[in-house]
Amino acid sequence: MSKERKMTLTIPREEYMSPGHLACQGCGASLAMRLALKGLGQKTIVCIPACCWAVIDGPFPHSSLDIPIYHCAFETAASSASGVRAGLDMVGDTETTVLAWAGDGGTFDIGLQALSGAAERNDDIIYTCYDNEAYMNTGIQRSSATPIGAWTTTTPVKHYKKERKKDIIGIMAAHGIPYIATASVAYPEDMVKKFKKAREIKGTRFIHVFAPCPAGWKSRPEDTVKLARLAVQTGYFPLYEIEDGEKWTLNLKVKERKPIAEYLKLQGRFRHLKEEEIALIQQEVDARWARILKHCGL
Amino acid sequence: MSKKKEAKKIVFESEKEMPAVPMSLGSMLYNKTGAWRNIKPVIDLSRCIKCGICWKFCPDASIDIVDDWPQINYVYCKGCGLCAEECPQKCIAMVEEEK
Amino acid sequence: MKKVIMGNHALSYGAMLSRAQVIAAYPITPQTQVVELLSEMCADGTLNAKFIKVESEHSAMAACLGASLAGARTFTATSAQGLALMHEMLHWASGGRMPVVMGNINRAMAPGWSIWADQNDSLSERDTGWIQFYCSSNQEVLDTVIQAFKVSEKLMIPSMIILDAFALSHTYEVVEIPEQARVDQFLPPFNPPWRLTPADPHAFGGLTSPDHYMELRYKLQKDMEKVPALVEETGKEYEKLFGRYLGQVEEYLCADAELVFVTSGTAGYTARVAVDELRQKGIKAGNLRIKLFRPFPFEKVRAILSRVPKVAVLDRNISYGHHGIFYQEVKSALYGQPSSPLVFGFIAGLGGRDITRDSFQEIAEYTLSKNRAEEEIVWIGVKK
Ligand SMILES: Cc1ncc(C[n+]2csc(CCOP(=O)(O)OP(=O)(O)O)c2C)c(N)n1
Ligand code: SF4
Ligand code: SF4
Ligand code: SF4
Ligand SMILES: [Mg+2]
Repeated sequence: MSKERKMTLTIPREEYMSPGHLACQGCGASLAMRLALKGLGQKTIVCIPACCWAVIDGPFPHSSLDIPIYHCAFETAASSASGVRAGLDMVGDTETTVLAWAGDGGTFDIGLQALSGAAERNDDIIYTCYDNEAYMNTGIQRSSATPIGAWTTTTPVKHYKKERKKDIIGIMAAHGIPYIATASVAYPEDMVKKFKKAREIKGTRFIHVFAPCPAGWKSRPEDTVKLARLAVQTGYFPLYEIEDGEKWTLNLKVKERKPIAEYLKLQGRFRHLKEEEIALIQQEVDARWARILKHCGL
Repeated sequence: MSKKKEAKKIVFESEKEMPAVPMSLGSMLYNKTGAWRNIKPVIDLSRCIKCGICWKFCPDASIDIVDDWPQINYVYCKGCGLCAEECPQKCIAMVEEEK
Repeated sequence: MKKVIMGNHALSYGAMLSRAQVIAAYPITPQTQVVELLSEMCADGTLNAKFIKVESEHSAMAACLGASLAGARTFTATSAQGLALMHEMLHWASGGRMPVVMGNINRAMAPGWSIWADQNDSLSERDTGWIQFYCSSNQEVLDTVIQAFKVSEKLMIPSMIILDAFALSHTYEVVEIPEQARVDQFLPPFNPPWRLTPADPHAFGGLTSPDHYMELRYKLQKDMEKVPALVEETGKEYEKLFGRYLGQVEEYLCADAELVFVTSGTAGYTARVAVDELRQKGIKAGNLRIKLFRPFPFEKVRAILSRVPKVAVLDRNISYGHHGIFYQEVKSALYGQPSSPLVFGFIAGLGGRDITRDSFQEIAEYTLSKNRAEEEIVWIGVKK
């Protein structure tokens, strides 16, 4: 190819996450952080509760991020971030963005109360949930974000997860906060754009990032982006935004949604599913997709 | 940015050298994760269209842009194969690591 | 300026005069007036602080810690169930070296529901790495808040200021409210040695291997050991400005005593009255009120009690399956000393049962009639 041609850069070149971190090969959560920080920039302080990221960052006295981190208690991502925000305001730093960065367990389950509190107060923080759909740090136990049909160590194949994934976006939308978005590591431009946009908004902002986990999903590390893309293309994890709890926008209009089976079959955690069960999951996905389209006025 | 961008591991000989709180004083660059690799990505630059996709998706920030070309940083690349999988030109080959 | 205020408001005034910058708190009886007054002060501008009205005590402490690490002076207050809910975060505060100052109203733990005085709530947090001060008057509460900020921020260790439910929290007393300018002179703005700032980014509280954890805890203990001397020094500095001295303990007529009560909180006040009565009857009694409980004032306690033949420790708390907690602590402080007194342990006043002058008469009679501690726990006032 032509030597003269410039390298195409669709997202900022600056890196705020250094290599050498402790994530598994092909980790969606580490890619998520790398992309999010490209959107937010260095003037960001992140509160990270117990989750894979508490380990990924690296052991004391080292860190893989170029921004300050407060490693906080499991259920306190939101409350810690609220405190940091208030503290910064009182010492005269109103510019720095305060980010809470928690897993699905820290968000859907143990940290939900604190998150709801912060959202109700509309505290000026960006709360990000990187969703790998289970408690990965402790060895792949189910969370309320684990999808129906999935194997985890606490939902063994003989008794795989029978309950639906909690509708966290619905819960957050009900709080009427100024900005909610879903984002995916397979769509870096969209994701970076959303973090940039969120940075300019005041109040509680919630971003739900889909972050495949090869170790926990029993998928190939090289399939991380492919899985995240399929999640969007099947309508399992649509990309959309909700402003002020009311204005819904679908960011990626998938014309021909792919069958969910294509997404499921790449993951060992769904290997046990029979065709009828997959059909039921398909119905679920269809119904959710229809609901979101309706909200978006489509 | 004052976080030391050094690749040296910080070792404390005694408690006197340690801060009172567990706070970072250096980066993770000392941790050469290239050692984790079983297969390694090799770019055939002759077919590369410089789309930047491999760089964009590397979860380990281990693809550098050098003189406007993608270049794998083997010191840290964990060999996940994501870049090869996503390359639209299929010009990144995953080859066995000689060990 | 003198004002008649309740103990809870003494906490609020203390926080205000210390210019707390972030307050995050959750209401619980009998603490509510602390946060109500602070809310008002924040609303009307008397106090320039952010008050985060959190949804739980766990979040209250979590938010205080975030604010503290961001470099702000932080204050909160709670009681009993609320303190227990904070437990995880109390370790976070000391391990993370975040010098939050907190008021805790000593209240009994449920079940059954009880809102009355009892020390088991704060004593259950004995080993969380917080400095603990037990107060016996509203003036002492206010003065202690201001001094606690100074001690805490110097060593980067959090402090808990403890007062009995109702007996102090809701009791009105005349309190000298110091002038703001003089408090400012005593307590400069908080300027921590490290903080969360993008200008100098550090990761705080990351994964700590067995290679390092122990050294961090060693350092915390070493700094804790500096507290008694610092309390004395800070107390003297405060005395120069305000004329009131607060030390680690309050000694009352111990020098020639044949019997010394060891007390804490408002029981310490009652004990002094009882001592006067006993002395009128010709019994040489004294009282040692322990104010600083963590770190334990070993030197003071040893120096005072080793001269005394008999010691009666009063506990408004119990470590089930062991004894009263102050009793354990006093015995352990005296163990192996060249001369040590006979120590008796009494439990009284649990769940708000009154501790009266008669209680101390009973304790004195028992102690003086025995030549050795026959029972490890002597219960006062149990309807047997
Ligand atoms: C109070 C408390 N309970 C339990 C734990 C153990 N724990 C640490 S991380 C974790 C799971 C985290 O799951 P998630 O939030 O989904 O993040 P992930 O590890 O998947 O990235 C658990 C249960 C803890 N640290 N604190
Ligand atoms: S377990 Fe999953 S989320 Fe955690 S580091 Fe490994 S790949 Fe990433
Ligand atoms: S193999 Fe994985 S770690 Fe190595 S350069 Fe490619 S994407 Fe990055
Ligand atoms: S993805 Fe392939 S074509 Fe694109 S820059 Fe990388 S190597 Fe070149
Ligand atoms: Mg998870």
